[in-house]
Amino acid sequence: MAAALPRLGRRKLKREPIGIYVILALMALVMIMPMYLMVINAFKPLEELFLFPPRYYVMNPTLNNFTDLLIATGAAWVPFSRYLFNSLFISITVVTLHVLVACMCAYPLAKSKAPGVKLMFNLVVASLMFSPTVTNIPRYLIINRLRLIDTYWALILPGIAGSFGTFLMKQFLEQVPNELMEAARIDGASEWVMFWRLIMPMSRPAWATLTIFAWISSWNDEWGPLVFTRSEAMKTLPLAIHTMFSGSNAIARAGASAAAGLLQTAPTIILFLILQKRVISTMAHAGIK
Amino acid sequence: MAQVTEVRAGLPKKPSLEARFKRALHEARRWRVHYLFMAPFMILFTIFTIVPVISSIYLSFTYFNVLEAPRWIGWSNFKLLFLEDDIFIIALKNTLLFSIITGPVSFFLQFFLAWLINSLKYRIAYTLAFYAPSITSGLAMGAIWQVLFSGDYYGYLNYILIRLGILHEPYIWLSNVNTMLPIVIIVSLWMSMGSGFLAFLAGLQNMNEELYEAGKVDGIRNRFQEVWYITLPMMKPQLLFGAVMAVVRSLEVSGVAVALTGLPSPLYATHTIMTHLQDYAFIRFEMGYASAISVVLFVMMFGLSRFFMRVLSTKGEY
Repeated sequence: MAAALPRLGRRKLKREPIGIYVILALMALVMIMPMYLMVINAFKPLEELFLFPPRYYVMNPTLNNFTDLLIATGAAWVPFSRYLFNSLFISITVVTLHVLVACMCAYPLAKSKAPGVKLMFNLVVASLMFSPTVTNIPRYLIINRLRLIDTYWALILPGIAGSFGTFLMKQFLEQVPNELMEAARIDGASEWVMFWRLIMPMSRPAWATLTIFAWISSWNDEWGPLVFTRSEAMKTLPLAIHTMFSGSNAIARAGASAAAGLLQTAPTIILFLILQKRVISTMAHAGIK
Repeated sequence: MAQVTEVRAGLPKKPSLEARFKRALHEARRWRVHYLFMAPFMILFTIFTIVPVISSIYLSFTYFNVLEAPRWIGWSNFKLLFLEDDIFIIALKNTLLFSIITGPVSFFLQFFLAWLINSLKYRIAYTLAFYAPSITSGLAMGAIWQVLFSGDYYGYLNYILIRLGILHEPYIWLSNVNTMLPIVIIVSLWMSMGSGFLAFLAGLQNMNEELYEAGKVDGIRNRFQEVWYITLPMMKPQLLFGAVMAVVRSLEVSGVAVALTGLPSPLYATHTIMTHLQDYAFIRFEMGYASAISVVLFVMMFGLSRFFMRVLSTKGEY
């Protein structure tokens, strides 16, 4: 579909039947319900948490659960905010570096005729089909050998090497017209300049998608910190939730558990809301060769 | 040094050897920059993806507990796995059941929901509502699910069903061997509206209006025909992407199962290949055996992905 297409757009129904809205609304409610429960539980004071039958609203919203979180870890361990900081630092670093590295790699993958490029791209595509299980155990051994255990690098470096982002970026960059690049070359631009001044600004819409996916996989990752960190000070939020709030603690500290869960889910949702338009427009190129 | 070649009128000029050499050098210089660009990612990718896969394959032929060096034992792990490990057979059965139900159902659901949402005007809220569950992690939501499905009178599901009169006494959803797997399947479906869903939505949004009009002229009357003859073929790349993602995801489920039913689950009812692997790798520290399991999983996923590519590919080569 290379020629100019005059009327892309939504497939609107002639009359939008209320029926569809209603059905979708019902389904959406079912989908959201567990998360809604978590959100309201986070703000319920202790006397409302275990009311039965359960209330779907909060009568006296309070921030006690969040302060509980800070106190819960107490003096013996690190403060809860340390977990939050670790997670934030690692995720932000991974996202920034991943966007940069993936774009840098995708540019030659999409446009270069150098020998071996095609092979590398096939490798990347093949790696999309690997499961993390195959790589988990040896990764631990490698990071151990590199003596990166218990550092931030252990969690950042594998996160940057995600192949999904590179793949997506390559598909996106293929849309850049070659004539534009030829014109830039004739004007004397070196590859480096062309990359920074031309490709990167053009690929802004795709940054949103890469950001979201890299963020999700890094922020929600509990396996990485579980294996790669030893000291309490280096653990991240999902792992802290796992250790502190699983088993019987899920009931005993239901309020704090919901608050922690909210902290875990909220940033991702906010990020998605901000970026969602760009994300969806980029995903259109997800499968196109 | 440069030789001036005359341009003969009307005939294309044949570049001299020197000019061609200079051109190649110029290209190579450009290529070198390209390689430099690819370097950071490729280095990290090799260290953290390629090398682990290769060493995983190597480790699957060894006996390795992390304390001693790996000891080569050949096919022994695989023989044990397929011939003598009953639990693996249970895990295999569970996983296949799981992906047969979850894979196609979630694929179909993703497409259907994307199609429905696409016909509406206010889609952001709906998109978020359906996408949000997939960006939570199974463990974080585990507490909520346990409350919902809790086995006593106070579990929400029990409470509602008893109020409606369907049940007369609380049912232990998460500990009863018969209901554990269906519940894990349902929760997984809940979490499965992920990147495939977004891809379908995007693909549908970028569909060309003219095709539909042409279809109307050609006699397509209702929306189902429209979908079958126009929408689906145009969306083949997205369908392929969604299918591969759905398959890959459904074969490696474990977080949800562990969060809901524990590891290992009673009578291994929700034991999947992944949890089996975790069992051997992180509880028993038999890395060789675990690597063998992961290689089997890898082969399965690779095979299925290739199969889908063959079936749904637009150009026969990806």
